[in-house]
Amino acid sequence: MNDDGATGTEQTTGKAPLVSVRGIVKRFGDFVANDHVDLDIYAHEAHALIGENGAGKSTLVKMLYGLLEPSEGTISIDGEPVLLANPDAARSRGIGMVFQHFSLFDNLTVAENIALALPKSRDLSDLREQVLGFSRRYGLTLEPDREVWTLSAGERQRIEIARCLLQDPRLVVLDEPTSVLTPREVETLFVTLDKLKAEGRALLYISHKLDEVKRLCERATILRRGKVVGVCDPRAESARSLAALMVGASIAEIKPNGNRAPGPERFIVDRLSIVSPDPHGVDLEDISFSVRGGEILGVAGVAGNGQSEFFDALSGETPADRADAIRIDGASVGVDGVDARRARGAAFTPEERNGHAAAPDFSLSDNAVLSLHALGDVARRGLIQFDRARLAAARVIERFDVRAAGPQAAARDLSGGNLQKFVVGREILRDPKVLVVNQPTWGVDALASAAIRQALVDLAGSGAAVIVISQDLDELFEICDRIAVIHEGRLSKPRAARDITREDIGMLMAGATAGSADSHAH
Amino acid sequence: MRIDLEPRRVRSRVLEIAAPVGALLVSILLGGVVIALLGKSPVEAFQVYFVDPLLESWSLQELAVKACPLVLIAVGLSFCFRANLWNIGAEGQFIIGGLAGACLGIATHDGAMQETFGGWWILPAMLLLGVIGGAAYGLIPAILRAWLGASEILTSLMLVYVAELGLDYLVRGPLRDPHGFNFPQSVTFDDVARLPFLMEGERLHAGVLIALAVVAIAAFVFARSLFGFEIRLVGEAPRAARFAGFSEKRLTLVAFAISGGLAGLAGICEVAGQIGQLQPAISGGYGFTAIIVAFLGRLRPLGILIAGLVLALTYIGGETAQVAMKLPQDMTRAYQGILLMCVLGADAVTRYRIHLRIGG
Repeated sequence: MNDDGATGTEQTTGKAPLVSVRGIVKRFGDFVANDHVDLDIYAHEAHALIGENGAGKSTLVKMLYGLLEPSEGTISIDGEPVLLANPDAARSRGIGMVFQHFSLFDNLTVAENIALALPKSRDLSDLREQVLGFSRRYGLTLEPDREVWTLSAGERQRIEIARCLLQDPRLVVLDEPTSVLTPREVETLFVTLDKLKAEGRALLYISHKLDEVKRLCERATILRRGKVVGVCDPRAESARSLAALMVGASIAEIKPNGNRAPGPERFIVDRLSIVSPDPHGVDLEDISFSVRGGEILGVAGVAGNGQSEFFDALSGETPADRADAIRIDGASVGVDGVDARRARGAAFTPEERNGHAAAPDFSLSDNAVLSLHALGDVARRGLIQFDRARLAAARVIERFDVRAAGPQAAARDLSGGNLQKFVVGREILRDPKVLVVNQPTWGVDALASAAIRQALVDLAGSGAAVIVISQDLDELFEICDRIAVIHEGRLSKPRAARDITREDIGMLMAGATAGSADSHAH
Repeated sequence: MRIDLEPRRVRSRVLEIAAPVGALLVSILLGGVVIALLGKSPVEAFQVYFVDPLLESWSLQELAVKACPLVLIAVGLSFCFRANLWNIGAEGQFIIGGLAGACLGIATHDGAMQETFGGWWILPAMLLLGVIGGAAYGLIPAILRAWLGASEILTSLMLVYVAELGLDYLVRGPLRDPHGFNFPQSVTFDDVARLPFLMEGERLHAGVLIALAVVAIAAFVFARSLFGFEIRLVGEAPRAARFAGFSEKRLTLVAFAISGGLAGLAGICEVAGQIGQLQPAISGGYGFTAIIVAFLGRLRPLGILIAGLVLALTYIGGETAQVAMKLPQDMTRAYQGILLMCVLGADAVTRYRIHLRIGG
């Protein structure tokens, strides 16, 4: 399959590649992030670079953009080997990049932000005209005088794209561009990208969302553990076959837990409002919902709409001002802290593994103490019981197939997926009555994701109430019974997953009220 | 030229110990350069600073006596520093602790308050007052930080000058010995208000034992207790500490109270041990030197014990060098500064791999 795909595309193009990468190796100490990678990118082509987190995609594009220096190998542009010592050099050779994380100044206008990214020598008098020109030409709707803090993620991304286009690049590298966009914003982005392609520019599109790759790209290079494992035409493959190439194994489907008759209401949130302690945070406004035992409630939403504030409010890291705002099995815990809520049988897994759910420099054993100490399992009379902590960590490692050197391994030495399995497993093995988990599989490889989702389904099957906050709609539809959407700190009314469509959710994510989403659905 | 710092994936244990030792050697070389620039022999200075004090009984005792306040303060500071709280005001907490304890020593002067119960309670009460005084003074920057968000670095440092000038005023005013020929000093304490000497006619006093006990207790707390875990966690990953249910405010207060309390204990040990009365200057910069001790000891109690002895050596050597080589006393302070910079530099080497790239 791989060979067919590769030869097939080379026959159709038949001309010299714009950018050619040969035998690139990048080592960090003993770790080989890129191992003799070859890559050809042609003009008029959207080329996908796909692979799991940690497969070496970012390392490769950083070398293309002059942010890292290859240990071995060559990069050629128009057949001529080049040395890209820094991003300036890459830009002057016609390589532009749109980063996953925006680097914008919130308090400046769109035009000012664009001007800041330009070389000092450039004349700025026609900048506004040029920005408006992009708007017309590529459907990049931008208002030059708006301040950035008033813009949505999609609008901010358009600034980054405009910045990149002002350099008139021949190759545009996009690193996970859709991770913060609503479905509708993704469509708008693709319209722009299609136009860029039609103009003869090449696109290098980095993603692990296979549906997008199939929609946009003619060729795909698949990386696994730093090596190219295949080149193919993604349109001719199924999402499943691509995924199998990415992970090198087939992925188990989630088995629904048959016996999921809804139990009593275990977790009730009643008119919860919290003003964020962070001045740039999102305030939670009048949130009410309840979750029954045996049920999984999904909370969808675009990043930055109050998910972390919502999680902190449910976990008790930011307590509410009313005790009855949050009830666990009938007990009012709204003003209690996180340990008091744990003592009531609740468990929590935050989004950020390194530094929130776990301390990177601590051993797994110490990281078991982190969330279990208040329950009396691993600490007594102010002293840590290290043997019991080690045992607790060893159980998580065994039951959740965490690849680690043992309970004494430092959390930072685990891969993202393994550490995520550890922090989710740590909470699930407590046998909680309520579990709140934020982004359970963010940046986690497909096999680990499947294992984590299965564990969440099984936990609900055993009678616990589970709340999953996620930006991955596929994940939510796969495991949730009901889905609600968080937008600017407000939560829509949860609806049964089988009665709600992706379009409905997309509308809610973009800020439509529940009523208008209903009318759209019918 | 470009200098790349690449984080080390695995921290080498050998390097963790080798780094402070290496820093010490580099600082000695740099110190030698400074002394050579002053026109003196670096070899002779090394002999005077680092070798001679180790050869005689009296100077070895003096070493322990000087190390005692440094170790006490530095162990306290390690509680703050490991939690990423920057208490720079140990000097002030030392002074207030010494002052608080000394008040009782002055009040019981010449047998006063000793008629009914005797004098056995005075020394323990003085030590306790020293701890309370230092802790209370340490709590001021902690409270300002926890409730008002004021930088503890600035407030704790500025409070040092308040304490110094307060002591100066009291010794020249209300606490001055009325029969002391107008010298700015208090009455000398009765023997019951002095730390006993360990051996008759020698310099070694009981404060040394207190310092050793504090090192042992601190080592236990860091290694075994949930509180030690909390301190390490807050320093390492503050958000994870909140997730673990630890309160940052409470920890700020407790860490500063411990740090201030131990500095205060060091203060009263110095006043009731070495000096025996209040004077306008009771510290000689122990509170600042202890910051170097804490880092040279890698913020670990046992390391601090060793580092305290090393820094005490520079004090004693510095005194001898003043007499024997006519080197200025500031040379000692300058050397201590060089040592701190070397220690912090060595820290970077343990955390990062350093690549020098020419061109590019």
